[in-house]
Amino acid sequence: MTALREKQGDDDVLTAGGLVNLNGAAVRFDASGVLHWPEERLLVVADLHFEKGSSHGVRGRFVPPYDTRATLRALAEVIGRLRPERVIALGDSFHDGDAEARLAPADLEALSALVGSVDWTWVAGNHDPSPPAGLGGRPVAEIVIGPLVFRHEPRPGRALGEVAGHLHPAAKVGRTRSVRRRAFVCDGSRCLLPAFGAYTGGLNVMDAAFKGLFERSRLIAWMLSDGRVYPVRSAEFLPD
Amino acid sequence: MNETNLLPPKFEAWFASRGWSPRAHQLALLEHGLAGRSVLLIAPTGAGKTLAGFLPSLVDLAARPKWKPGTRRRGVHTLYISPLKALAVDIERNLETPVGGIGLDIAIETRTGDTSASRRQRQKLIPPDILLTTPEQLALLLAARDAETFFEDLKTVVLDELHALVTSKRGDLLALGLSRLRAIAPGIRTVGLSATVAEPDELRAWLVPQTSGEPLSLSEVVTVAGGAQPDIRIFEADESIPWAGHSARYAYEGLLAEIDRRRMTLIFVNTRSQAEMVFSELWRLNDANLPIALHHGSLDVGQRRKVEAAMADGRLRAVVATSTLDLGIDWGDVDLVIHIGAPKGASRLAQRVGRANHRMDEPSTALLVPANRFEVLECQAALDANYIGAQDTPPIRDGALDVLAQHVLGRAVAGPFRADDFYAEVASAYSYRHLDRERFDRVVDLVATGGYALRAYERYAKIKLTADGTWRLTHPRFAQAYRLNVGTIIESPMLKVRLGGKARGRGPVMGGRLLGEVEEYFCEQMKVGDTFLFAGEVLRFEGMRETEVIVSRARSSDPRIPVYAGGKFPLSTFLAASVRKMLSDPSSWHKLPTPVRDWLELQRDHSLLPRPDELLVETFPHRGRYFLALYPFEGRLAHQTLGMLLTRRLERFGQKPLGFIATDYVIGVWCAADVGAAFVRGEPTLSRLLEPDMLGDDLEAWMAESYLLKRMFKSCAMIAGLVEKNAIGAQKTGRQVTVSTDLIYDVLREHQPDHVLLEAAWADASSGLLDLGRLSDMLSRINGRIVHKRLDRISPLAVPIMLEIGGERVAGEADEDVLRQAADEIIREAMA
Repeated sequence: MTALREKQGDDDVLTAGGLVNLNGAAVRFDASGVLHWPEERLLVVADLHFEKGSSHGVRGRFVPPYDTRATLRALAEVIGRLRPERVIALGDSFHDGDAEARLAPADLEALSALVGSVDWTWVAGNHDPSPPAGLGGRPVAEIVIGPLVFRHEPRPGRALGEVAGHLHPAAKVGRTRSVRRRAFVCDGSRCLLPAFGAYTGGLNVMDAAFKGLFERSRLIAWMLSDGRVYPVRSAEFLPD
Repeated sequence: MNETNLLPPKFEAWFASRGWSPRAHQLALLEHGLAGRSVLLIAPTGAGKTLAGFLPSLVDLAARPKWKPGTRRRGVHTLYISPLKALAVDIERNLETPVGGIGLDIAIETRTGDTSASRRQRQKLIPPDILLTTPEQLALLLAARDAETFFEDLKTVVLDELHALVTSKRGDLLALGLSRLRAIAPGIRTVGLSATVAEPDELRAWLVPQTSGEPLSLSEVVTVAGGAQPDIRIFEADESIPWAGHSARYAYEGLLAEIDRRRMTLIFVNTRSQAEMVFSELWRLNDANLPIALHHGSLDVGQRRKVEAAMADGRLRAVVATSTLDLGIDWGDVDLVIHIGAPKGASRLAQRVGRANHRMDEPSTALLVPANRFEVLECQAALDANYIGAQDTPPIRDGALDVLAQHVLGRAVAGPFRADDFYAEVASAYSYRHLDRERFDRVVDLVATGGYALRAYERYAKIKLTADGTWRLTHPRFAQAYRLNVGTIIESPMLKVRLGGKARGRGPVMGGRLLGEVEEYFCEQMKVGDTFLFAGEVLRFEGMRETEVIVSRARSSDPRIPVYAGGKFPLSTFLAASVRKMLSDPSSWHKLPTPVRDWLELQRDHSLLPRPDELLVETFPHRGRYFLALYPFEGRLAHQTLGMLLTRRLERFGQKPLGFIATDYVIGVWCAADVGAAFVRGEPTLSRLLEPDMLGDDLEAWMAESYLLKRMFKSCAMIAGLVEKNAIGAQKTGRQVTVSTDLIYDVLREHQPDHVLLEAAWADASSGLLDLGRLSDMLSRINGRIVHKRLDRISPLAVPIMLEIGGERVAGEADEDVLRQAADEIIREAMA
């Protein structure tokens, strides 16, 4: 992994101070999995999937119902650290239409407090097409800020300045032993965010779902591991 | 009393017609049986255990009036349970001789995973008199709605290979099944058949119901003394015995000569990969083209059956096998057993040696082939143990909570139950006698709604307490899920290996023959073009298709991907103690080969030999690093754990540990700081470093970061039914609809660390892969008895571990050369 960090210097998508040039905007890929745009004091988080755990109960699979709590705690931590003015939740914030009703009272309270503390935008996702009513925040289908457009699901083909979630990207690398981690994937003109929710898995960037979305020669996966971000070129990617 | 009077004339005539008379233990079992007493039969292989176990049932069934059409169908009379399907089939065949010979009208049938649906159905309608099955099938039978009528006439349960069954989670499942059977048919008696064991009272207690707070109840016991002394030798080659490694390649020429002298040889090894390696190496040298075959659990079933048939027909001269051939299955006329590597436990050795000459009156012949010098000591210890009849099996631990959870769901599938009655029933099982009511209720809660403090699943509960005070299943689909997921054997996912063509363009060419299965993790590390050894061939990895690995035949003869070649089982406590004793007692060395004796004498002169209750710690510099060698002889798992903890502590004391390696005998740690000097200064003292308290905070801290507990948790979660192994139509999509158990583990550990499944996972880790029990025993044993020897160079005893450090993971043809070269240098240094 150390070798990967050395590659940072010769990369044209990188600007000074760990900032990445995304279609003209200088953004940071935070190791927690959120995208940070310091100039706009904006924080973007994708695929929170609140109450994904409890959604399994219907089929008698009783996974621990503490995922919402864990996700909220991680989100509060990063908001406290980066102190944004605005937060955009990039869709699939709630695992299903019933999720809000299943929130434990303590979790509901914590979430409302978080939403109330900043200028909060709910982008609609396929899991949560109509955003929750009683929580505050502004519901939108998509939103444009400067050179960037924020939506849940990436449009097919190239899309300049698109910031999206939905696919839960993850990358796998390694020679003798492989490592698979959630990752930001970005070719300088489009960026897909890793899923933030505690129970969300990852889809390998080699999967057909990513086909045609990026210019491969400029594609980098920013892999998240142990509080750090490791940029990896597409030539290193392994399939599952 | 004339015991033969117990035997009906028909039976006596049959014995006489074969020129036999019933053996004393067979009559003893008959007497206990007819009196309705449970009994444990301890006998070596070949003592006629099976007939002894079934004789009371056969006598009883012979006297039973014939079933009259129009009357109620009778349930099963005798249930036989064995750990292996194949064993059940084998017993069916073996019983045919007396049943046919005596002219008894008794229906004997097997029921295993292979039994067809129509036959299962017919067995339910017309139960056989004797049913031969496995613990998993018993669980399924008990979870059926008609379980009570099926088993209400049950008289006897015969449990074969009991010593092998009871120490695993399958044993827990069986213990619970047995407690259920007792509730359905209160009068049943049990018959345990076992090889010689160190603690027969544990098995005797296991066989009968227990009452909490009272002294243990024990079954009767009948012990058969060993037959003819086995003739076991340690293989002696002209070449010197290697210092390290696991291949035993030095012995192959000599072994082929041995095989050639015999009719049929069984060659046992400890792991699948070792089997592959030995098999291919033997064939490389097999100029005479002796028919030698391979048999292990990952091979395709069809291929295995072919080998078994060829063996039974006497068409083979040798078979290289792993534990799939371990248990008492009869496969023809074996006259030599070769054991490559150390046997790791005297019981395993006895079991395997028992495979030769399956007749008590002739001595079995066996050859032990140690692969390195420490294994010579271990083989000698095992050999002594076999002669004196001492045996070792792991102690029976408390029943697992995840297995109990599975049983609770199974109980609800069979019908409504009352918690009070069910708790009493479960706690009567020996393995669960320590289970308190509070823990039992938590397990019931786990089954009902997941057992969470945050009550998120009340409305989805699988079982519910109803108004009449009974727990009931809430939906039939949970019954179906139970049936699909019953059992305790969670393996790492297996992938099918299929012969295809070379990868061209897009992907591998499909469509060839199925070769067998490999563990998923083994393939994860492979790239297209890598070669590995499987099914006796060098194969080239071409790619993966869904759950299949596509391979082609490789042209080269040396596989590129090395495989761990060491033993899967750690050195048993009993043998470890024997090895320590042998080491400290030069008067016992005359039994050892000269090079090994010389080696120990050199150690005595250059360093020292610890007394059996001492721990020797050596420190010495080598190539700019400082080494620490410990000789606890407690087995690889306990050493691995100790190594982890030791490096953590050395780090804290500023000794800059760089790495460690653990074998069954030794732990080697290397540091950047002069650790020997630090001990002399007392910063820290060795006794401080090895304080028993390291199993407290240091262990806790390490476990928090370790993947081990995650793996344990995963299998517990599957056994308990929290996540499903198998679901109908389940197919993972890319974004993973299912939540990975790793994520579940992390979240649960943070938010509900006292959850019952975390407790179960911890219990597994302690008794299994971490071997904490053994480590803790050792730390208290050596407390105050640590001897430090500070040396200026490698000691003779440290040579093997130093070679392992240099040569770990090196396999294939190169490794012996690499090791030899490295060895020469290190040995020169040690002997100077």
